[in-house]
Amino acid sequence: MDTLLNLTIFLPILGLLGVLVVRNENLVKWISLVVTTATFIISLPLMLNFNSASSETAQFVFESGSWLPGLDVKYIVGLDGLSLLLFMLTTFIGPIVVISAWHSVEKHVTGFYAMLLILETASLGVFASLDLFMFYIFFELSLIPMYFLIGIWGGKGRIEATLKFFIYTLVGSLIMLVALIYLGYDAGNVVNGGVFTTDWRLLSSSAYMIDLGVQTYLFFAFALAFCIKVPLFPFHTWLPYAHTEAPTAGSVVLAAIMLKMGTYGLLRVLLPIFPNATYEFAPYFGVLAVIGIIYGALVAMVQKDVKKLVAYSSVSHLGFVVLGVFALNTVAIQGAILQMVNHGLSTGALFLIVGMIYDRRHTRMISDFGGISSVMPVFAVMFMIATMASIGLPGLNGFVGEFLILNGSFQSEALNSSWFTIISTSGVILAAVYMLWMFRRVMFGSVVHEANKSLVDLNAREIGLLVPLMLAMFWIGFYPSAFTKYSEKQVNVLLQESIIKKEKTVQVFSAQSTDWVKNVYELSENLEVSEK
Amino acid sequence: MNLLNDLQAFIPATIVAIGGLLILLAEALANKTSISYWVAVTSVAAALIKVMFELTLPATEAFGGMYIFGGANAFGAMVVLIGTLFSLLLSKDFLAAIGYDKGEVYALILFATLGMLTMVGANDMITVFIGLETMSICLYVLAGLVRENKQSNEAALKYFLLGAFSTGFLLYGIALIYGATGSTNFDVIGSSTKEGFVFWGGVSLLLVGFFFKISAVPFHMWTPDVYQGAPTTITAYMATASKSATFVTLIFVLANALNIEMVQIKEAIFWVAVATMVLGNVIAIVQDNVKRMLAYSSIAHAGYALVGIIAGTAEGYNAVLFYLFAYTLMNVGAFGVIAFYEKHKEKDFTNIENLAGIGFSQPVMAALLSMFLFSLAGIPPFVGFIGKYKVFAAAINQGEITLAIIGVLASAASAYYYLRVMVYMYFKQSKDTVSFTNPAFIYQFALILLLLFTVYFGVMPTELSKILEGFDWSSALSMN
Repeated sequence: MDTLLNLTIFLPILGLLGVLVVRNENLVKWISLVVTTATFIISLPLMLNFNSASSETAQFVFESGSWLPGLDVKYIVGLDGLSLLLFMLTTFIGPIVVISAWHSVEKHVTGFYAMLLILETASLGVFASLDLFMFYIFFELSLIPMYFLIGIWGGKGRIEATLKFFIYTLVGSLIMLVALIYLGYDAGNVVNGGVFTTDWRLLSSSAYMIDLGVQTYLFFAFALAFCIKVPLFPFHTWLPYAHTEAPTAGSVVLAAIMLKMGTYGLLRVLLPIFPNATYEFAPYFGVLAVIGIIYGALVAMVQKDVKKLVAYSSVSHLGFVVLGVFALNTVAIQGAILQMVNHGLSTGALFLIVGMIYDRRHTRMISDFGGISSVMPVFAVMFMIATMASIGLPGLNGFVGEFLILNGSFQSEALNSSWFTIISTSGVILAAVYMLWMFRRVMFGSVVHEANKSLVDLNAREIGLLVPLMLAMFWIGFYPSAFTKYSEKQVNVLLQESIIKKEKTVQVFSAQSTDWVKNVYELSENLEVSEK
Repeated sequence: MNLLNDLQAFIPATIVAIGGLLILLAEALANKTSISYWVAVTSVAAALIKVMFELTLPATEAFGGMYIFGGANAFGAMVVLIGTLFSLLLSKDFLAAIGYDKGEVYALILFATLGMLTMVGANDMITVFIGLETMSICLYVLAGLVRENKQSNEAALKYFLLGAFSTGFLLYGIALIYGATGSTNFDVIGSSTKEGFVFWGGVSLLLVGFFFKISAVPFHMWTPDVYQGAPTTITAYMATASKSATFVTLIFVLANALNIEMVQIKEAIFWVAVATMVLGNVIAIVQDNVKRMLAYSSIAHAGYALVGIIAGTAEGYNAVLFYLFAYTLMNVGAFGVIAFYEKHKEKDFTNIENLAGIGFSQPVMAALLSMFLFSLAGIPPFVGFIGKYKVFAAAINQGEITLAIIGVLASAASAYYYLRVMVYMYFKQSKDTVSFTNPAFIYQFALILLLLFTVYFGVMPTELSKILEGFDWSSALSMN
């Protein structure tokens, strides 16, 4: 099975060779479609054979020999409860993105599909890597294709948007690189006999504990990189530009997959490796997440451009995911993992829908539309479902994720205040306000503009690429346990281990901590308690 | 035995020297440049093959301890010869286009390479000086190759005056160190007590000389003018081979003779490295001339390499060697593509604005340039990332975290100007079209090979790292 996993990751890159050799643009499209579909199909056995009850959390593990002699950097891939759903989401979105660009991308077709294929391999690599060094390489690699996707095929302000996106993310990840190197040497000294290691399984084991002061620095270096990628308020400023200027396919990949790298990183790296800092600073991240939820919703409300509205709604939705991650209990983290998938499906669908109407009218301004539902009934149904999923209507996927997150954060000991839940619940109401208001203005009323009267409804290709997304939305909405079962065991193990590790770390390192560390982690109190 | 050993030590350099002499002879007798060119390529390739066999040898002394071959020295020689070989492969097509495909160019390149090979094996200050001067004098001439071009003349004159000045510093430094320790041999200097005004005066002058040659801030002033004024493939040669040779020599001087662990030297190099990384990258951002931009970027890259030197461990020195290797591949590549554009004289292609839209009219060349630039920016999966990773890792392992953070932030800023080239090539439309001629086969071959190496060693750095791991730095480090 590990061969199958490797094949899934690298099949898109192999397809790239085919795309580059072929001169015929139609053939390029077909090769891309076949390759991404094949990737999806061969990834299915991974999900079906995934043993969610197994005590071994990471499955289908493939481990190479040392990649850099003298350092224990290895190519290790495998899937576990944290990554499986996102990995599958990536392979699932692949063919949809390819079809979505079929007619809307006209210039430099070969380059476009080449970039999509590189991006798919990079994203799959990020989710499957069990070595943080490999994680970093794939994480960075994903920047290059996205840079060109926005820069070449984007809208008017694409150059500023793509530069801002690239450099903003690069600053975060380079600081993460410094922290990663430090972590690797430190872990090597403690658990790997003095040899540099970034094997996640070693780093996350409870045998490896980090001094509290150092842990704080490393925690923030990693957190910064991921928060920029998510993006968490106040690091979100690159996102609306990038989303608005990107071509439809780029927006879909950006929203559905690339933003998840950030939230996934928060879960994958911060909790198991820096448990003390994660628990200690969880409320602060909770506050930022709640600000993001409300702020994103309020800004979305006043947008005149549909695509920008969806982009800001992403800021709001990802606020929920971050809140779930930092609530640090099983329910909330389960919800966060599910919500990552949900956001991928519903926001992906919304971007596709905005792209379809843009292809027809070459405008995305809300004021240019009105009464579209009477001209394009099928389109109206699809748009309605995606909108409802995004709002979180029961029966659709968004509801399940948000409910779990809010439920979990309400009971959360780490956040330790019900205000987080109370305020962010109002974000759900705001979501209904901005989405439904937008929907009414675009779809209902009378057709004011002449140009809108002659709009053609969706064709088979467009329906075909939306239907799988819709089915997935309903499936998750009605039967969420089919998806949450994959992550349940791992999340429980992760939380239990992190609490044990956190307490052990305090015992080992509290004596030698400096004053500020004692203040931050309130160590003196703990010591007194234990003495009593 | 000794004589044989000495001869063997100098085989690569001898091959290159004979090649140079043959060219002079061929010029006088046949006057056909293609003969000279192929003699040059063959002799450099032969020297390269010989050097590669020396990689696994232990470092061996020759010429009574004045010269060392094998091991890390061989790696340095390999980097120099790779830089030379690829610059040569790219040169003929380009020089022919600007009308300077002359035999003496190749002879000069070979003699400069002879100097570099002498330097990288140096175990004595005198050897360093001889090698450095042989190299420099040839480079002064090469920089001013295009006689009727004012910029080229300015470049040569500036390079010569400042270069001569810096050589003076270097020589004075050597003299003072000799006065303080009574020797010019690295090992003797290394084991003598290092104190007193004379010794430290000598060290600072020596370092100034080296900083000038590697164009570290604040001794970098000549670099942009010279790199811009010199013919592009010659610039590629100067920026890679000569810089690598000086860096390798600097490593040995610091490791064997001066002992980097001494706080004062480390402190000085620390600030020079910081200034070099920051200033190089910041000034590069505002450049509109691509060659000038690459010149400032090469200043910044010298700063990254200094980070590895500051680590002062076997890991750090190996990292710098790897870095020089990576830097040579991607930099020759980048200059090579620029040289291809420059051959077309309808437009001044060194001006970044004229690169607009070229990404689609010349897709292969633009893709090559993009990948070399991504590698220079240190983005995986290219070799530049591994190089940068290694030097910063070595520094972090020695607790130089501030330096590493400054370095990565500077390199994040560098992404801006590398990306800017791609912004013009891919994201902007060109106003008029230039009909491009196809590059010669050898030109395409060299660039593709460089790209393959850039990707291969980025994805599979394992073998090369294994060779580097095998180098024995213990003699150098035991003195710490």
